[in-house]
Amino acid sequence: MHLTLRHQKQLKTLVIGALAWGIALLLFFPIFWMLLTSFKTEIEAFSTPPSFLFTPTLENYLTINERSDYFHFAWNSVVVSVLSTLLGMLVAVPAAYSMAFFETKRTKSTLLWMLSTKMLPPVGVLVPIYLLVKDAGLLDTKAALIVIYTLINLPIMVWMIYTYFKEIPKDILEAARMDGATLLQEVTSVLLPMSKGGLASTILLSLILCWNEAFWSLNLTSSEAAPLTALVASYSSPEGLFWAKLSAVSTLACAPIIIIGWFSQKQLVRGLSFGAVK
Amino acid sequence: MSSHVSNHAKNSTHWMSRLLVMPSVSMLLLWMIIPLAMTLYFSTIQYNLLYPEDNAFVGFENYSYFIEDPGFWPGISNTLILVGSVLLITVVLGTLISVLVNTPFWGQGIVRILLISPFFIMPTVNALVWKNLLLHPVSGVFAHVWRFFGAEPVDWFAQYPLFSIIMIVSWQWLPFAILLLMTALQSLDQEQQEAARLDGAGIWSIFYHLTLPHLARPITVVIMIETIFLLSLFAEIFTTTGGGPGYETTNLAYLIYDQALLQYDVGMASAGGVVAVVLANIAAFFLIRAVGKSLTDHK
Repeated sequence: MHLTLRHQKQLKTLVIGALAWGIALLLFFPIFWMLLTSFKTEIEAFSTPPSFLFTPTLENYLTINERSDYFHFAWNSVVVSVLSTLLGMLVAVPAAYSMAFFETKRTKSTLLWMLSTKMLPPVGVLVPIYLLVKDAGLLDTKAALIVIYTLINLPIMVWMIYTYFKEIPKDILEAARMDGATLLQEVTSVLLPMSKGGLASTILLSLILCWNEAFWSLNLTSSEAAPLTALVASYSSPEGLFWAKLSAVSTLACAPIIIIGWFSQKQLVRGLSFGAVK
Repeated sequence: MSSHVSNHAKNSTHWMSRLLVMPSVSMLLLWMIIPLAMTLYFSTIQYNLLYPEDNAFVGFENYSYFIEDPGFWPGISNTLILVGSVLLITVVLGTLISVLVNTPFWGQGIVRILLISPFFIMPTVNALVWKNLLLHPVSGVFAHVWRFFGAEPVDWFAQYPLFSIIMIVSWQWLPFAILLLMTALQSLDQEQQEAARLDGAGIWSIFYHLTLPHLARPITVVIMIETIFLLSLFAEIFTTTGGGPGYETTNLAYLIYDQALLQYDVGMASAGGVVAVVLANIAAFFLIRAVGKSLTDHK
């Protein structure tokens, strides 16, 4: 009896494991296939039935770089994501600090209002923003993207940092203040160390959102400031065989963010759920 | 002396706290008001980029044109179908999959990483990989599978365009739901579950009475964030179907883009923008109330 029960349990674990693996492989398959195709020749990529056994080639990666200067676009993505994240943190941290530790009657409604600006569909303001950017002579510049990304991510950043600051007991900050710590000391030696994880996850999320943003980047840039999202989109209407090259360019565009995502999933969850998930 | 200092400190902190919030609030305020005001203004004038001099006031004409546009009703219904289906698929499957991977098994860590990966793929890559490598009627993986079973390969984006978009968007957002829900499940009280099981509660009753209530808050967050992004879904449509065939995959976002940047009709596009904003606000009203309450009350 005892033995069968244990067997039953083992069988259950086995079935669950098999099912979970099956689903996971299925969901991951498109990424795996993209990676695989990127190492094929164009002929192999198009062949029927699909080839699983082939001699991997790096040719696609080299061609891409020659044809469309991958690093130009990658550099734009890096610059825009990093600077916009920095700018966002610079504005969001003070706001969140003030909201979390000097709460007033209006704090909650301000927070909700900020979130509601995220509900504003970008298309609703596409024309005016396009014209404003054009009039400012900022069409196809990184500066325009940086400012816009900061603005669209700001509500989420303030919310996230606010939730993290809320978790720090006020007493600790007050104690530091009693001991005569200046504001700067209070922030650098108490607040920041205690919310390192939270700030890191906010930064990560902002980087991911900027990196993958594909509305403003497609509409406001053409070549000079175009980031990777635009480079990939330019492969949507190519001539001739291009599956393998498309896969290579996609792999290059996504690899940095996927890897960051893998290593930081725990941090990300806390941030993404506004503290609803610990 | 000490009371003087604390009073002074109180005043100055009060003042400073406002100063610290100011940049965020004013930036967002400008970001909201200026473009919105411009959109409102443009929506009442005649404004075509091809004839930019002719800017007569036309009242609500742009609105009536926009609403009578053959793309309007498809745009509305496609938007609702898209958001609704993707929400349903991701929340239901997300819940089931996260419950499944919550029990320990061999390779749990790797499985979790595989499951969440699609979330990090950029929308344009998602669209192009699905369109060309997976759903392509000749060389796509799906076509190979169909042929393997002796069936006629399907031209997905031509025959089932909206369904295909829903599928690829769900593929991207399902991992998001899984990521949040499976992490939420880790803090579910195991002993309580065990006790319920010993009391003779079945799997479904445990799921319904313990698991689901525990997931209520994260599910609200999933719904809110996904709605924000799905209402203005653009890149996936732009890179796959371009809104077609006909208006079959045109959502409001794409319709407005089409009018503004492809037909140069700023007036009508702005009227569309105002409509989109109003619709989004209706959705936001309910969502923010539900979510804001659950998020701020808890603390």
